[in-house]
Amino acid sequence: MSVLFAILFYLATAILVLGLAARTRKYLNTPAPLKIPTTPAPTTRSGVAFRMLKELTIFESLFKSNKWIWLFGWLFHMGMLLVLLRHLRYFTEPVWWWVELIQPFGKYASLMMLAGLGGLLLRRIVVDRVRYISAPSDYLMLLLIIAIGATGALMTFVTNADIVTLKDYLLGLMVFDIRTMPTDPILVVHLSLVILLMAIFPISKLLHAPGIFFSPTRNQVDNPRERRHVAAWAIKLESSESK
Amino acid sequence: MAKVEFATPELKEYPIIPKLQRDAMAHSSPYVAKDKFQEPLGYPGELVENWKEVAIAKMGELTNKYRSLQVFLDSCVKCGACTDKCHYYLGTTDPKNMPVARQDLFRKVYRRYYTLAGKLVPKLVGAEDLTEEVLDDWYTYFHQCSQCRRCSVYCPYGIDTAEISMAAREVMDTVGKGQKYCNEIIGKAQTLGNNLGLPEPALIDTLEGLEEDVEEETGVAVKFPLDVKGADILLITPSADFFAEPHIDGLIGYAKVFHEAGASWTLSSYASEAANFGMFIGSYENMRKLALRIRQAALDLGVKRIVFGECGHAWRVAYSFLNTLAGPFDFLDPNYPVPQHICEYTHDLIQKNALTFDKTENDHMTLTYHDSCNVARASRMGDVPGGQFTIPRDIIKATCNNFYDMPEHAIKEGTYCCGGGGGLLTDDLIELRVKGALPRMEALKHVTENNGVTHMAAICAICKSQFSKVFPYYDFTMDQIVSVHQLVSNAIVLTQADEGDSDEDKQSDDAEAA
Repeated sequence: MSVLFAILFYLATAILVLGLAARTRKYLNTPAPLKIPTTPAPTTRSGVAFRMLKELTIFESLFKSNKWIWLFGWLFHMGMLLVLLRHLRYFTEPVWWWVELIQPFGKYASLMMLAGLGGLLLRRIVVDRVRYISAPSDYLMLLLIIAIGATGALMTFVTNADIVTLKDYLLGLMVFDIRTMPTDPILVVHLSLVILLMAIFPISKLLHAPGIFFSPTRNQVDNPRERRHVAAWAIKLESSESK
Repeated sequence: MAKVEFATPELKEYPIIPKLQRDAMAHSSPYVAKDKFQEPLGYPGELVENWKEVAIAKMGELTNKYRSLQVFLDSCVKCGACTDKCHYYLGTTDPKNMPVARQDLFRKVYRRYYTLAGKLVPKLVGAEDLTEEVLDDWYTYFHQCSQCRRCSVYCPYGIDTAEISMAAREVMDTVGKGQKYCNEIIGKAQTLGNNLGLPEPALIDTLEGLEEDVEEETGVAVKFPLDVKGADILLITPSADFFAEPHIDGLIGYAKVFHEAGASWTLSSYASEAANFGMFIGSYENMRKLALRIRQAALDLGVKRIVFGECGHAWRVAYSFLNTLAGPFDFLDPNYPVPQHICEYTHDLIQKNALTFDKTENDHMTLTYHDSCNVARASRMGDVPGGQFTIPRDIIKATCNNFYDMPEHAIKEGTYCCGGGGGLLTDDLIELRVKGALPRMEALKHVTENNGVTHMAAICAICKSQFSKVFPYYDFTMDQIVSVHQLVSNAIVLTQADEGDSDEDKQSDDAEAA
């Protein structure tokens, strides 16, 4: 069991990291030949940074669009962020001071995350427009993350798993030393689902996470008249003509 | 053409998100381009035999050339934020007119051939083979998108359906299934210099006629110069400005402004078109060919500045792409942006008190302003973000006493397309155009009833033509759409002498440059 999960963990981590790196490289290497920021857009790089920051932290465009999706989406993502940060305590010894600090918030954030996910799932089922655009994978993805959150919350609030042994196991994995993994069923389910999520991350719609940084409508500076912007393949077009 | 029977949608007091009606617009698709319109643009004359392979290969080529396409195809999480944002969905209730569903027509094929999950478990992730039915769906529904970018404002990742529509149209052109309206027009503009196919003599005739009309009406000899070498300003304007109503009144307005500024300006018969339909079909090469005509005209005439007339998608290509496609414009006067919008030009003069207006000339009207989609969401005017909203409104307020804005959700960055943009302004799509105008009509009705608005001003040739056509379906009259520079034309007081003597010309030129 301990060895099996160690292999799975390493494999999933490799897929996640290499998959995301490959995808990010594809985005980086694909040119944006035309200036297409959705205007009004910032005219400076720092303005663009501020626009992106607002998209990342308060989901500005989504807020303009639909308050329900915004509310559920924001609760889910911010809850998940806190939960993930809280999980750093299982990978650090001694635990960093700020991770200690957010511990109480991180615990309850799992409920916030589940509330958001529940809302999103409900919308997907109830609103006819959203139901129409949903593929089976869209439901399954929500259910997967709900299951991860729910098993985690269960261990936090209802039945305690053997966290001390788990932490020892995880710290071991980080230095390629396979120790004993606790076998509480609920923990095994939790970990299995996390491994699955990590493995499908780079081939699923979760690519919106790196994607948002590369979206030309959001990350371009509005200055086409001041600065000429030409892609490499377009320059070839120019030089192939005898001018 | 076959007569289209359809019911004009009812105008509601408040916008309501309609219930889905599957295939409500499945019957609406434009005429396919024949070989004589396809081949000059470098596309096959009819559907090629191995179209599936060609289409799939082209799809891969485009995702390697356009980061937007690649990121947008990967990033959508189907959150539903865009589902009620498209005017064609609101007007037709067809679910495939929801932006995400329209994208998915393309995305499902991309997933099938270019993603691991789509290759292994297509059903699970909504991936689908490219079949004849799918191609037909593409042709139908990618010609129900006006590339207005409203969805991109509301998408948390900025996914712009216009980018997907353009890519899909380019793939269709590449396999030999292009749209007649766009491709015929691009051919005309690339050979004759304008979308209407007006030859030079017709242009000369029109401009001479305008000079006579304006002199008769005002007693002042306002010039409409063509192909004047050594002029300072080259005006590039949509060819509809040469003959259609209310466009032509806008052209008269530009001429009066130039006259009052004492500017030396000219039109070009070689580049007598502002609109660039190459964008509509997603073809960088065709768009570039059209843009290069403008560069050539500027070089041949030896002008110092380029100013664009009132046209929406044209201004997007001009403002956002011209420098990219046909630059650098280092041979022009570096003191002015290249290109400038006629509204920027007029606005500058107003700021400097260089124009005199008698606003009462427009007192028979109460105005509102329609933000044209591509001006609003794909360009700018002036130095500050949002200048594209304030500058035209400032001009209207400087020339009219009565002005009211439509409700906030329907203007500025949230503006609704007129319903005819992006290569859809053709009679074979009239049902789509009428239904797509619904959200704008509701907003207009709101200010008509609450503020007594009588006329709507716009700065886009497509918007003006579209509204002239669809207004009667909603019990408005076709003359209720006006050009912004028509308002300028009505109110401007012509103070300059008939034949601008050279000293005076120089003075006002300097004043303007200062």
